[in-house]
Amino acid sequence: MQLKEAFLELIRRAATDLPPDVEAVLQKAYEKEDDNTPAKNVFATILENVKLARKQSTPICQDTGSLVFYIDYPEGGKERDYRQAIEWATVEATNRQYLRPNSVDPVTGKNSGNNLGVNAPYIHFHQWDRDEVRVRLLLKGGGSENVGSQYKLPHPPLNAGRDLKGVRKVVIDAVKNAQGLGCAPGTIGIGLGGGRDTSYSLSKEQFFRKIGQRNQDPELARFEEQLLEELNQLEIGPMGFGGKTTVLDVFVGKQARHPATYYVSVSYNCWAFRRKTMTIKNGEVRYDD
Amino acid sequence: MTIKLKTPISEEEIRNLKIGDTVLLSGVIVTARDQAHKLMVEEKPEFIRPYLKESVVYHCGPVVRKDENGNWQFVSAGPTTSAREEPYQSIVIGEYNVRGVIGKGGMGPKTAEGLKKYGAVYFHAVGGAGTLIANRVKRVLDVFKLEEFGTPEAFWVIEVEDFPLVVTMDAHGNSMHKEILEKSSKIAEELINKNV
Repeated sequence: MQLKEAFLELIRRAATDLPPDVEAVLQKAYEKEDDNTPAKNVFATILENVKLARKQSTPICQDTGSLVFYIDYPEGGKERDYRQAIEWATVEATNRQYLRPNSVDPVTGKNSGNNLGVNAPYIHFHQWDRDEVRVRLLLKGGGSENVGSQYKLPHPPLNAGRDLKGVRKVVIDAVKNAQGLGCAPGTIGIGLGGGRDTSYSLSKEQFFRKIGQRNQDPELARFEEQLLEELNQLEIGPMGFGGKTTVLDVFVGKQARHPATYYVSVSYNCWAFRRKTMTIKNGEVRYDD
Repeated sequence: MTIKLKTPISEEEIRNLKIGDTVLLSGVIVTARDQAHKLMVEEKPEFIRPYLKESVVYHCGPVVRKDENGNWQFVSAGPTTSAREEPYQSIVIGEYNVRGVIGKGGMGPKTAEGLKKYGAVYFHAVGGAGTLIANRVKRVLDVFKLEEFGTPEAFWVIEVEDFPLVVTMDAHGNSMHKEILEKSSKIAEELINKNV
């Protein structure tokens, strides 16, 4: 398979085929809700939609999001080659209705119609020592992007200081403020430390973890479990209709901070958590969730 | 229990609905997002009037395709966030005699007032259920402002069958969004003040 076609297939899978770990946790959430409640009906609709989209190869959600790529490539690889392949695949995926045109110029207001634009798709490049290429793709919906937030600790309104206790408070606040607006139940990515830009970036990169995959740091792993349990006590429920599942999972990442700053970035991913990975080795392409 | 509704909908039918009701909607409805709402308020176009009378506005920017006969088809068509239409919605409901608004996330006090005054409700669709909802769109009857606004922002006149919805704001001033916000804010406050 040519590189550009491999990218097209990656985009198709991301837009139409929800990862099995996400589908499984949605199924569990369905089983937990009481019969004849709006929450139960929402989960039933979601699960039916996921199956239909996979079968028909049509977008799970019409907001096919912004495309964010993370590429790790071996020495000798050319960024230009990957970029060209991605641009071709993006235009073709739009022509085939795997993607909705979602790239708008903020000055002219014009939609490019093909999902290309300045920094669109956005590509994070990273060269590594392995002899294979790894491409990770996140389709990030706009509604859920709008409910993300960044806090600067200390945060006096909540009496939140510069420690995990303070982080816990602002995360509860962020998810409460999001209500159902990010298409709950969401998956929460949290970035601790860094500058304002890298903090958000770290929070988003957490979305390449699988549901239930805890941080390797035992303290952060415990913290993730605590937050998951507490956030689900908010009873915001799917779509904000009330219910037992408000978030599907919580992922926390940390990085060094400047002594004067302590940022907590909270990224919200809608229930339609669309991520796919592709590995290319010796010309062989392998897709993964 | 699920209530079946078909457009055109009478004021009486709408006033009988209450928050939490599950509805399957059929009939002709119209998609409209930001640019369409702005136009309806600023220029009050006549071309959309017959389709909106006693009918429903759907906040949606669909993925569409043309079939081999040149007919439009909906491919994926879930709701978009409604809050952006808050400045316009109540005016549109009054001007065009609209009986319902479909979207996600609910709307604010100005819209709630409009729903009460004119006899309309806010229906919540399942956000993200794009393929399922597109499958309930039986026919595209017409499209307006496609060239000017682009696919997501155009007025798509569509016929739907059994579109699954929940009433989250009724014509009596009740809002499920307000109730859930109040309840969850109280729980959040308790959690935050608990020292763990």
